[in-house]
Amino acid sequence: MAETPIISIRNLTKVYRLGEVEVPALRGVDLDIYRGEFIAIMGPSGSGKSTLMNLIGCMDVPTSGEYYLDGVDVRRLSKNDLARIRNKKIGFVFQAFNLLARATVLENVELPLIYADGIPGRERRARALRALELVGLADRAHFYPTQLSGGQQQRVAIARAIVNDPVVILADEPTGNLDTRTSVEIMGVFQDLNERGITIVLVTHELDIAQFAMRVVEMRDGQIHRIRPVENRRRAELGVGY
Amino acid sequence: MRYISILRVAYRALGQNKLRSFLTMLGIIIGVAAVIAMLAIGHGARDAVQAQIASLGTNVLIVFPGAANQGGVRMEAGTAQRLTEDDATAIRRYCPAVQYVTPVVRTGAQVVAGAQNWRTVVYGAYPEYFIIRDWSLERGQLFTETDLRGATKVCVIGRTVATQLFGDADPVGQTIRIRNIPFKVLGVLAPKGQNAFGQDQDDLIVAPFSTVQKRLMGVTHANTILASARSVSEIREAEAQITQLLRDRHRLTPNEENDFTIRTQVDIANAADATSRTMAMLLASIAGISLIVGGIGVMNIMLVSVTERTREIGIRMAVGAREVDIMAQFLIEAVVLSVSGGLIGIVLGVFVSRTLTRLQGWPVSLPPEAIALAFLFAVAVGVFFGWYPARKAARLNPIEALRYE
Repeated sequence: MAETPIISIRNLTKVYRLGEVEVPALRGVDLDIYRGEFIAIMGPSGSGKSTLMNLIGCMDVPTSGEYYLDGVDVRRLSKNDLARIRNKKIGFVFQAFNLLARATVLENVELPLIYADGIPGRERRARALRALELVGLADRAHFYPTQLSGGQQQRVAIARAIVNDPVVILADEPTGNLDTRTSVEIMGVFQDLNERGITIVLVTHELDIAQFAMRVVEMRDGQIHRIRPVENRRRAELGVGY
Repeated sequence: MRYISILRVAYRALGQNKLRSFLTMLGIIIGVAAVIAMLAIGHGARDAVQAQIASLGTNVLIVFPGAANQGGVRMEAGTAQRLTEDDATAIRRYCPAVQYVTPVVRTGAQVVAGAQNWRTVVYGAYPEYFIIRDWSLERGQLFTETDLRGATKVCVIGRTVATQLFGDADPVGQTIRIRNIPFKVLGVLAPKGQNAFGQDQDDLIVAPFSTVQKRLMGVTHANTILASARSVSEIREAEAQITQLLRDRHRLTPNEENDFTIRTQVDIANAADATSRTMAMLLASIAGISLIVGGIGVMNIMLVSVTERTREIGIRMAVGAREVDIMAQFLIEAVVLSVSGGLIGIVLGVFVSRTLTRLQGWPVSLPPEAIALAFLFAVAVGVFFGWYPARKAARLNPIEALRYE
């Protein structure tokens, strides 16, 4: 591909220090992710996939190596700049949904916009509603998260992840807390967003969930074991409860 | 824009835990109310003292004689008999900063009017005495220069003496007997109340200087000399002029000490003011300590809150909250707590001071600065004790915060 990748990682390492002991979590990772891709990162626990996710998500800085996100050299950034990058270029979806229980659905989706400077309240609400429409929950805007099912809560979380028009959505085991049927539903939402041009990076340890992606990155012992394209890619039939 | 939403978040977080927020606020409420009430009491006391000192007169200087020395044994201050009427006359003539002056003699005496009798103090002075002491008549008239020259047996009496001797009847024109000498009552002085030392200033009789000195006491000296400066700014100058004049008149060599002392109204006011200021400071600092204890309560609850909401902090950081945003959120929460507590405390404090006045009759005055001070103090307590928990929240690692159960 002649296109420049939006995520470019070279020889990335991460060493955690637990007292005297140094624990290497990543041991030299190279990875390019292009615009519009849908990538699944797989691997057993302890393989370093969560660490890689945190580094891609700018929640942490690497010990060594290079990481360019949308042309920005992330290693050089301060804590404040990292927060700004997370705010503008990244959307997170977590296994545990991580919604604010005290805030309404709409306020949850608005949250990233509150931390982006200079967006008036009216526009924040309009954009949050648009994001909610994309995940099919516009009619639940004034509910509280606890009044929604698990699948609906995860869709709210997805709406929150896309409200800022990020470069990439990072989903860390997004179906881990959901039953099979709802998992398929959520993967359908991701596929739909991906078809609208949004880049998605998914961490999972379930093979059939990874089958929804285009490429699978298999990790083992802090390194990429292999990268393979997905054959017989699964398609979630949208419209079921959507 | 953003800080309005943060403020909303803070209010909602506090509303979520109403009882806890209220109890935390209670510390601040009580602290601020105590500060306000104590300031009010302190201020009221000072005002009262100042009013009492003002009752001394305007720009007053009092010259006391020094201690008497009887064969090398020194007596108490004020016992020497070295001040004379001539000293007073000289002060009037040679001290330009002095406006009015009068020599004063003083003696205790039994006073009889009809079937009533009363022990009081009889003062002998010039008519200027009433100008210096800024003392007006309730009824009747004052004695004059003529009375002074003729040493006539007339007097004006204080309110207390009038009440003791005549009850509700009008004393003017009546005759009273002071040490069996009949005096005609010319007037009754307007009441002045207690002086700064709690003495009843209205328990006195004032008669012409010559009458009291010659007829009643049979002495040639004066007990004190009372003078007034032309203005407040000339009090010090008047003091210096009188000192120099009296040293000359008493033929004191440069290495001899003054055989008199001069107390000015400023000295007395300063001394009394220092006392009441100390009391006010003491009260306010005790109250301030309770406000600080309230602040520790705020800090405690904010620390609990930060721990409880670790995950929320992680979420906010993940979606792009910077350290300052998190810091601001918790700091604002602490300040909202202390400001709300402060406002309620002000209302309570004002109410308590009013109640004290009504029930105890304490002189209470509450200057607006005191309210502003208490309020600012409450805000400062919020910021100070909210700072550490807020910083702790802002310094959290987002990855660990998100993993927190």
